[in-house]
Amino acid sequence: MSTSALTLRNLEKTYADGTRALNDVSLEIPIGDFFALLGPNGAGKTTLIGIVTGVVNKTGGSAHVFGTDIDTAPSTARRHVGVVPQNVNINIFEKVIDIVVNQAGYYGIARSVALPRAVQILKDLGLYEKRSVEARALSGGMLRRLMIARALIHEPKFLILDEPTAGVDVDLRRSMWDYLTGLTKQGVTILLTTHYLEEAEQLCKHVAIINDGVIITKGTMAEVLALHDGSTPRDGYTGGRLEEVFLQLTHDKS
Amino acid sequence: MTLYEEWVSFYTIVRKDAQRILKIWPQTFMPSAVTSALYFLIFGAFLGSRIGEVNGVSYIMFVVPGIVMLAVVTNAFSNTATVIFTSKFFSRSIDEILVSPTPPWVMVAGFVTTGIVRGVGVGLVVLVVSLLFTHLVISNALIILLFLVLTSALFSLGGFINGVYADSFDGISIVPTFVLTPLVYLGGVFYSANSLPSFWGAVTKFNPIFYIINGFRYGFIGTADVPLLVSLGVLLALVLAFAVTAWYLTKKGLGLRQ
Repeated sequence: MSTSALTLRNLEKTYADGTRALNDVSLEIPIGDFFALLGPNGAGKTTLIGIVTGVVNKTGGSAHVFGTDIDTAPSTARRHVGVVPQNVNINIFEKVIDIVVNQAGYYGIARSVALPRAVQILKDLGLYEKRSVEARALSGGMLRRLMIARALIHEPKFLILDEPTAGVDVDLRRSMWDYLTGLTKQGVTILLTTHYLEEAEQLCKHVAIINDGVIITKGTMAEVLALHDGSTPRDGYTGGRLEEVFLQLTHDKS
Repeated sequence: MTLYEEWVSFYTIVRKDAQRILKIWPQTFMPSAVTSALYFLIFGAFLGSRIGEVNGVSYIMFVVPGIVMLAVVTNAFSNTATVIFTSKFFSRSIDEILVSPTPPWVMVAGFVTTGIVRGVGVGLVVLVVSLLFTHLVISNALIILLFLVLTSALFSLGGFINGVYADSFDGISIVPTFVLTPLVYLGGVFYSANSLPSFWGAVTKFNPIFYIINGFRYGFIGTADVPLLVSLGVLLALVLAFAVTAWYLTKKGLGLRQ
């Protein structure tokens, strides 16, 4: 039995226009981990997530979810994964409860099972009062929470969060992190991409930094933080330690 | 997925889109009712009274099957084309299905079934409207239903394929405007191919919709320009070819996955 929630070997993606989004990416995320995948805009994070979740076709390499090859047994692999995408991909004319229950249906979960489960998740995420309104009536933060509810309805063992707190206020972010940390305590593995590096520093056990489609470093949070060269930060605002390591590795300092 | 889970997924796709079709009924059912009423009025009542009988029935009875098919073809096609295109291009809500274990054939079957629901629904509405203008002759109700369902399936599959390939609104309007409408009009909606000059009669036989309209018409008046089995054979072959194409595109993710 696999000890990894996700195993990527030599993953490649070149888009039709010739853009090489991923170049020989290998990565392993242990079961139960809270893993941060960090990188600048356009580094390849969303492409990587798209390949794992089945919305992007890879051009090389392999990907296994809990030991299941996404090519040879895609249905089994996808059953384990829940995804909260970076961009809102909801039909805004659907009711909140229907969005969540229908998602369960695509996983083969009957409405009689999905409905009470959806009610509980919406309560947990503070959306229960909005269950009967169309998604277009929700605020940006509520839409983010709705996407988390939708991703959790089939009780995945592996949750992928692609910038889930973008545009979300501080209070809401904290409550979301509390909720998601609670999930990891229940054994759910989480892969997180975010530009809020102080959050990743505090929440995640392992981290990988990707730039121009290449993993430039990976390891435990302590190992990656230790890469800080101690150089004097540039003038002006200075971020946390992870932010300094991130800038050190992704910027050409020559 | 188990067979039961596939059924749940299929039912979810159908239920969701069928609810949408019913919710926006002024957009999905009314336009065909109004347009067909105008056809029946102009070609049936006004002009038809001067034309007399065609193939042994009144002209308005002759055109009813073709006008029903015109509505069925355009509605079944536009339903799937629009749903697939908007859900992949604007809301990107197609990802809800793509990230799930739903197999490609279930996805195709779900969307095509809702296209059939709309096609058959609109066809029945137009038939009801026709009752305001003529007394319907029905020779074989089973053949009428069979051609309604299979034609809806064929053009739902066509709409699915078009929606997958389209990358702009033009992409889903070009086929209905410049391909489907001419094929339907030139497929014998308003005339019998036997009444055409031999050259144009031969050209008409290269139009697949000619066979569909004739098979459907056979169910009403018991006679057609081509044998029923030929019409049915052409329709079944096209459904099979389109189904395999739609399934292959979905399995490979062409046009759907990046």
